[in-house]
Amino acid sequence: MSRLQACFQRLAGESRKALIPYVMTGDPQPGVTLPLMHAMVEAGANIIELGAPFSDPMADGPVIQAAAERSLKHHTSLHDVFNVARSFREKDNQTPIVLMGYLNPVEIMGYESFARQASESGIDGVITVDMPPEEAEDYIAALRQYQIDPIFLIAPTTTEERMQKIAAVASGFVYYVSLKGVTGAATLDVAGVVERVSLIRKHISLPIGVGFGINNAQAAASVSSCADAVVVGSAIVNRMAAQKDQKVEQTATIVRDVTELLKSMRDAMDAK
Amino acid sequence: MSKVKDKIDYSSMPDERGHFGVYGGIFASETLMQALDELKDAYQKSINDKAFQAQFDADLAHYVGRPSPLYHAERLSREIGGAQIYLKREDLNHTGAHKVNNTIGQALLARAMGKKRVIAETGAGQHGVATATVAARFGMECVVYMGQEDIVRQAPNVYRMKLLGAKVVPVTSGSKTLKDALNEAMRDWVTNVDDTFYIIGTVAGPHPYPAMVRDFQAIIGREARRQIQDQTGRLPDALVACIGGGSNAIGLFHPFLADESVEMYGVEAAGEGLETGRHAAPLCAGKPGVLHGNRTYLMEDKDGQIIETHSVSAGLDYPGVGPEHAWLKDIGRVNYVAATDDEALAAFHQLTRVEGIIPALESSHAIAYGVKQAAKMSPEQSIIINLSGRGDKDINTIAKIEGIQL
Repeated sequence: MSRLQACFQRLAGESRKALIPYVMTGDPQPGVTLPLMHAMVEAGANIIELGAPFSDPMADGPVIQAAAERSLKHHTSLHDVFNVARSFREKDNQTPIVLMGYLNPVEIMGYESFARQASESGIDGVITVDMPPEEAEDYIAALRQYQIDPIFLIAPTTTEERMQKIAAVASGFVYYVSLKGVTGAATLDVAGVVERVSLIRKHISLPIGVGFGINNAQAAASVSSCADAVVVGSAIVNRMAAQKDQKVEQTATIVRDVTELLKSMRDAMDAK
Repeated sequence: MSKVKDKIDYSSMPDERGHFGVYGGIFASETLMQALDELKDAYQKSINDKAFQAQFDADLAHYVGRPSPLYHAERLSREIGGAQIYLKREDLNHTGAHKVNNTIGQALLARAMGKKRVIAETGAGQHGVATATVAARFGMECVVYMGQEDIVRQAPNVYRMKLLGAKVVPVTSGSKTLKDALNEAMRDWVTNVDDTFYIIGTVAGPHPYPAMVRDFQAIIGREARRQIQDQTGRLPDALVACIGGGSNAIGLFHPFLADESVEMYGVEAAGEGLETGRHAAPLCAGKPGVLHGNRTYLMEDKDGQIIETHSVSAGLDYPGVGPEHAWLKDIGRVNYVAATDDEALAAFHQLTRVEGIIPALESSHAIAYGVKQAAKMSPEQSIIINLSGRGDKDINTIAKIEGIQL
């Protein structure tokens, strides 16, 4: 059983929902990501979304884009993302890692080489924002060959016909983008999310994660009432951004700020 | 063109999912997939809709001022001493460049789809002006995204857009140029997809944009093909056009692709020289990759990050290129070459002085390579250079380079 499957199964048995924080690898400094990942797990994270920076992140808002720019100042590459995952696995062999990024760095590396190295470094799933199922045949085949789950996004604009198309190729979980817009945008319409999630469940039997616009404990708790997982991105990256001018020795401050947020979300989700 | 395989049906490209060989396609975030599908349907319907096409033709004739002349540049031809040089005068279109052919077409589509708001990205500002122009005419709200650096370089066009009622949003992310403006426009579209039509200015982006923009721009080549035969009694020996994203080039080339005797040259911006790395020539010096919704040649580093481009001309300062050009390069049908900043500036002055025509800095790249190519040909031969835009917008840039205070 894959780490992702095991994770969702264990949580279901405990009647709990997954908390999935997103961090951009190498933001704001190369040394920060690894200790932060371990601390997030301790604070209640169940799966970690590890961002791979791209120079032109079209689907992201200013917060994640700035994180990518900070990371790219240190020339963070996919190899660095793999290295962070590999180091994380030395202490934690249970928490699934999902790599999230854009297609071009993967294209340059080659699908097969990418999938092999991702698998060797302990990555469990991959989200490639600008890779729709229609173009993904070779990409999915390469990921499957190395037992990596191809995770796809579902948007408020996704038709039921497309949901079926996505259901046919996705594994691990699907990620419902709860807003029309880019990451870090405006407010969450919880009632709308509940309705869409139940529609998605008609077509897709995988666990459903919901992200975009979840920036506090209350939002996390309300989304977790209908979804299987809550994804938190910009709210975390915002806390990193506040620390961007500090040196690597201040990792402790970043870790404290981020884990405080995650703990409050965890508590609110579990209290439901 | 012995390299070209027999029986390529150029008019059948792209396939139904937008592929030109391995290039093109739809590489977009999930939120846009439905909108792209709707756009594809609306565009395909418009192709066979006689009323739509009649409206498009009428607007091109009476609003844009088409057909644009094909001008025999006799003095320039004599000075060069080679082939007869003909200029396709897209600079004489309303708004001063070829861009308006496409914005008229897309605005008509937007209206047919019931969209009340249009957005656009712009580099040199020509596409932004052309979009603001049609938005004013159709009474649509218009937002134009423009890199902060380009706003400085192209101040007159920024003011024109504002006069036309458009909101110009400065983009300060990344390299602050055209690619970043495109990213920002995409973000706007994802957010406002219900009521907004994104008018892309070149033959890039996800399907159907590369095919749709080509079809709207192909009027250039259809006219030129007729005009050169009227004037010389035969087809031209060569075509030359500058390439940023490649819309004026594909517009000129496409109706000639099956004419094997016609050589074609797409001229990229070599900036400070291809060998310096400071250029905007993905076809000459880049690698295939995926950016802005399609697979094509890109300027990128070993990790797949997009690198900053350089060109004296804001309209060519783009790290990608339309996927059909990528395909035409690989099959050997079109020659992709480059002209440096200095060569373009020299050509700018040459055309201005010898023919009394001030070309855009973008088009000056085509002039630079075109006269070089013409010099190698005989006076019985003819060469068409696409004069894609006029240079009024560039006089501040030229003056600054030459240390002249206006």
